[in-house]
Amino acid sequence: MKVLHSDVLVIGGGLAGLRTAIGARRRGMEVSILSLVPPKRSHSAAAQGGMQASLANSIKGFGDSEDVHFADTVRGSDWGADQAVVRMFVHMAPKAVRELAHWGVPWNRVKAGPHPVVINGEPVTLQEPPSAHGLITARNFGGTAKWRTCYVSDGTGHSMLYNVSDQAIAANIPVHERMEAVALIHDGRRCYGAIVRNLMTGELLAHTARATCIATGGFGRIYRVSTNAVINEGMGAAIALETGVATLSNMEAVQFHPTGIFPAGILVTEGCRGDGGLLLDGRGHRFMPDYEPEKAELASRDVVSRHMEYHIRKGHGAETRFGQHLWLDIRLLGEDHINHKLREVKEICQYFLGIDPVHELIPVRPAQHYSMGGVRTDALGQSPQLAGLFACGEAACWDIHGFNRLGGNSVAETVVAGMIVGEAIADYCQSEAGQCAIDSALVNDCYRRQREEIAGLLASSGPERAGDLVRAMQDTMTTHVGIYRDGPGLTEAVRTLAELLARSRDLGLHCRAPGANPELVLAWRLPRMLKLALCVAQGALNREESRGAHSRVDFPRRDDSRWLKRTLARWPTGARQPELSYEALDVMAMELPPGWRGYGERDHVHHPDTARREAEVAAVRQRCTDASARQEALMPYAHLLPERYRRENERFEPPGEGEQ
Amino acid sequence: MSEDGAGVPSAVAAGSQDQGGTGRTLYLEIFRYNPADPDSEPQFRTYPLEETPGMTLFIALNLIREEQEPGLQFDFVCRAGICGSCGMLINGRPGLACRTLTASMEPRIRLAPLPVFELIGDLSVNTGKWMRGMSERLQTWVPATVDADIDSIEAPMEPELAEQIYELERCIECGCCIAGCGTAIMHERFAGAVGLNKVARFRLDPRDTRSDGNYYELIGDDDGIFGCMSLMGCQDVCPKSLPLQTQLAYLRRKMLRAGLIATG
Ligand code: SF4
Ligand code: SF4
Ligand code: FES
Repeated sequence: MKVLHSDVLVIGGGLAGLRTAIGARRRGMEVSILSLVPPKRSHSAAAQGGMQASLANSIKGFGDSEDVHFADTVRGSDWGADQAVVRMFVHMAPKAVRELAHWGVPWNRVKAGPHPVVINGEPVTLQEPPSAHGLITARNFGGTAKWRTCYVSDGTGHSMLYNVSDQAIAANIPVHERMEAVALIHDGRRCYGAIVRNLMTGELLAHTARATCIATGGFGRIYRVSTNAVINEGMGAAIALETGVATLSNMEAVQFHPTGIFPAGILVTEGCRGDGGLLLDGRGHRFMPDYEPEKAELASRDVVSRHMEYHIRKGHGAETRFGQHLWLDIRLLGEDHINHKLREVKEICQYFLGIDPVHELIPVRPAQHYSMGGVRTDALGQSPQLAGLFACGEAACWDIHGFNRLGGNSVAETVVAGMIVGEAIADYCQSEAGQCAIDSALVNDCYRRQREEIAGLLASSGPERAGDLVRAMQDTMTTHVGIYRDGPGLTEAVRTLAELLARSRDLGLHCRAPGANPELVLAWRLPRMLKLALCVAQGALNREESRGAHSRVDFPRRDDSRWLKRTLARWPTGARQPELSYEALDVMAMELPPGWRGYGERDHVHHPDTARREAEVAAVRQRCTDASARQEALMPYAHLLPERYRRENERFEPPGEGEQ
Repeated sequence: MSEDGAGVPSAVAAGSQDQGGTGRTLYLEIFRYNPADPDSEPQFRTYPLEETPGMTLFIALNLIREEQEPGLQFDFVCRAGICGSCGMLINGRPGLACRTLTASMEPRIRLAPLPVFELIGDLSVNTGKWMRGMSERLQTWVPATVDADIDSIEAPMEPELAEQIYELERCIECGCCIAGCGTAIMHERFAGAVGLNKVARFRLDPRDTRSDGNYYELIGDDDGIFGCMSLMGCQDVCPKSLPLQTQLAYLRRKMLRAGLIATG
C-alpha cells in the first residue's frame, strides 16, 4: 500500500478547495489537493453571473452595506440560515472581491457618465459619477435590495477559477488530478485523511493528513434534469456520511434554477433577468408581475421557479415535442449588451439550441441547480462530530443559505469560506488538537475495506446494471422530490430509493478491464448517491412545512413554531436508512427575527419567541447608536473571524446631490 | 460520462427522452486503446447508433457506453462548452465534442483522441498535466503580494482594459490549438497558442508588474514565440474564437524588440 502524507489534504479542486489550500499553504502548512478533474475544469467555472459583495460603487449600489447584504441573505434563506455565519460572510465578501482583483480577476468596472439599462422592462439611463470611474461595478440579481453582484461579463466563475487556480500553481501546491477520495480514515472521533483511488490507473492508495477538508461541490446529479456538471455526484458528502459519525444537514433544501435551457438543462445565468430580461409564457405574456407585483422576475429563485412550474401546470406553457416550457426574452437588452455581457449565454444558445438570443426567445424551464445542504460544520468549517474534518463551499452546510440561496452568493461563499477555513485549518494544525500520531492499523483497515469492496464489484455477476439504477434514482428524484412535493409522492420516493439501494447490492459488471474502468466507478458511486438521495427524500418527507426551496403542497405554510430548525442526517454503519435529528435555531439570538421575506407567500406560523425578540431588537436599536456596540448587543460575530480579517471594509463615498 | 470516468446517463435522458429518432443511423468509428491493459491494441471500432433530435456527441458517446461498450473512456464535465474537457479529433479536426451536434455531420463520424497529449485511454487524454507544466514554465499568474490590502477601496482600472483582459482570459485550456499546431506536434515543450495567449493576457494586466525583458526570458526562444510558424492552425480550431493571430503577431514584435534590447 502506497501512503502519502501531508499536513492538510483538500478534497476538491474547485474555488472553495483551492482557496482553502492557498490559505493553509501561506500559513506554512504542507498541502495537497485531490481533484476528480484538472482543477480548471471544476464546476466553479460554470458560475456565470457573478459574486455578491456590498462594494456599493455603482449608482444602483449606493447605500449598500454589509447590513443590507445580511438582511437580503437571511430573507433569501427563509430564515433557515445561521445568522452569525451570514454576518461573517457578508463582512468577508468585499475583501474576497478585492483580493481577487489583486490576483488578476478582470472585474467589470464602473464607467463614468450615462449608460442605458433595462429596468422592469423599460429602458432607463443611469448616470455614474466620475469619481467612481474604474471601480468594480455590479449588476442586479434576484432577491437583493441593491445591485450588488460583481461580475466578469458572464464568465465570472471561469475568471475567478483560472486566477485562483494559477495562484495555487504559483504557491507550488500539488494537485493530484483524476483522483477520487473513496473513504475517510477515521476512528469515530478524529479524521486522519482518506483512501484514494487513481481514476487513470485504478491504483488505490492512502493519503494521511492532520486535517482533511471536503470541498467537492454539490450533488445535483442525483436528479435527472440538472444544470450541474456531470461530476457533481456528491461523493465528498457521501464519504462523510459513510463514516457513520459525521452529519449532513438540510439535505432536503435543494435549489431549482428558473432558467435551465429546455430540454438539456444547461444553465443560462440569472444575469439575463438581472440585466432586464423577461419571462414569457406560451402566449408571449409576461406573467411574473401577475404573481409578484414588486419583484417580478427578480424575486428569489425558489419563488420564481415555483411560479414558473405553477404557470406551466395551469396550461400556459409553450408546447414542444420534448414537453412544456416557458420563454426567456433578452432581446430587449440589445445586441451590444448581449455580445459583451452575456456572451456565454449567446454561445450556449447558438450551439445547443441553434438560435440567436439577440433576435429569438430562449426556451427555459426550472432545473435542479444547487445543494444548500451538505456536510454540517461549525462557523469555522469543522465537523462538530469528527475532529480534523473540515468542509467548505457547496459541499458544506456552513449555513449561510438556509433553505434558499441567493444568486451570486455561491461563488462568493466558495472564496470567503476558503479564506476562513484555510486559516481555521492552519490554526487547528498548529494547536494541540492538530497533532496526531497516525495509527497504521487504522489506515490498513480502511484501505483493506475499500480494496475488498472494489474487488467485489469487479467480480460481481448479479442481474442489476448500475446505469439502470442510476436512471431510476434520477427519475424518482425529479418526479417526486422536485419543486413541488407532497406526502404521498415523498413516501413513494423513499420506498423506491430504499429498494434501489437494496438492488444496488446485486450488480453485475460487464467491464473488467484494468485501469480507469468507468463502469466500476459508477457502480462504486451508486449506493453512495442513493444514500444521499434518501437523506434528501426522507428529510423532505419529515419536514411538514414549506420553507424556501422546500415546498410541500400539503403543508403550504412556513411553520416557525415547529420547523425553525436544521435537519441533521447521520447514516449509522450497516443501517438501511438515515437517522434524522433536528437542531433548533434560536430566535432569541437572531439579529433579524423571522418575518415576511418581501416576496413569496405572506402567510406563516410564528415562532412563540418572535414577538419578544422583535421587541428586544427594537430596544437595542434605539439604545445603541454606535454600530459596533449595537452589533455586540444584537448578535456578536467578530470573535468568530480569523484575526487578520476583522478590519472594517472601506467604501466609496458617493458624491452628494448636485456634485455630479 | 465524466472526465473521471463514471457514466451517469442523466443528461442523456434529459436531452433525448421520448422523442423518437431522426431516421438516421450513425456509425461512430472510435479509437480504442487501453494502455493499462496488456491485451489491448490500438484500433478503430465502429458503433452503430440511432440518432435522436438534438443529439450531441456527448449524448451519443454516453449512449454507446451505456448500451454497447461499458469500458469506453472519454472526458466530459460541463457538457456545455465551457470547461474544455472534451476536446477530441472529430473527423480529423480538433473540437469540443459536447457541443458538436451529430446533425451537422455525415452519418459516419470518426473520433480520435487529441494528439500531443499523453493518452489515458480511448478518447481520454491528459490535458491537465500538459497545461500545468506550461503554466509552471511560463509563470502564468499575477505575482501576488501575500499581504495585499483588501480592506481599502480597490485600485481603479479602465473599463475597456478589464474587458480586453477578459477577452484573452476566455481560453478554456481545451488543447485544441495544440492538437492543431505543427510546432507543438514536433516540439514537446512548445508553449503553443494557449501558452502564448496567456502571456499576452498577463502582459496586458497592470497588476502584473513584469517587464518585456522578463517575458522574453520566458518565451524568447523556439519553445516560445519564435517556435511559432504563424500558420494559424490554432486560430481556426479555437472553440472560443480567441484572437490568436493578432496576439501572436503582436507578441512576436514585442519580443523581437525585447530581444534586441537584451542582446544590446
Ligand atoms: S500559428 Fe503558431 S501557435 Fe498557431 S498553430 Fe501555427 S505554429 Fe502553432
Ligand atoms: S486558445 Fe482556444 S483552442 Fe487553445 S486552449 Fe485556449 S480555448 Fe482551447
Ligand atoms: S464537457 Fe466541458 S467543454 Fe465539453
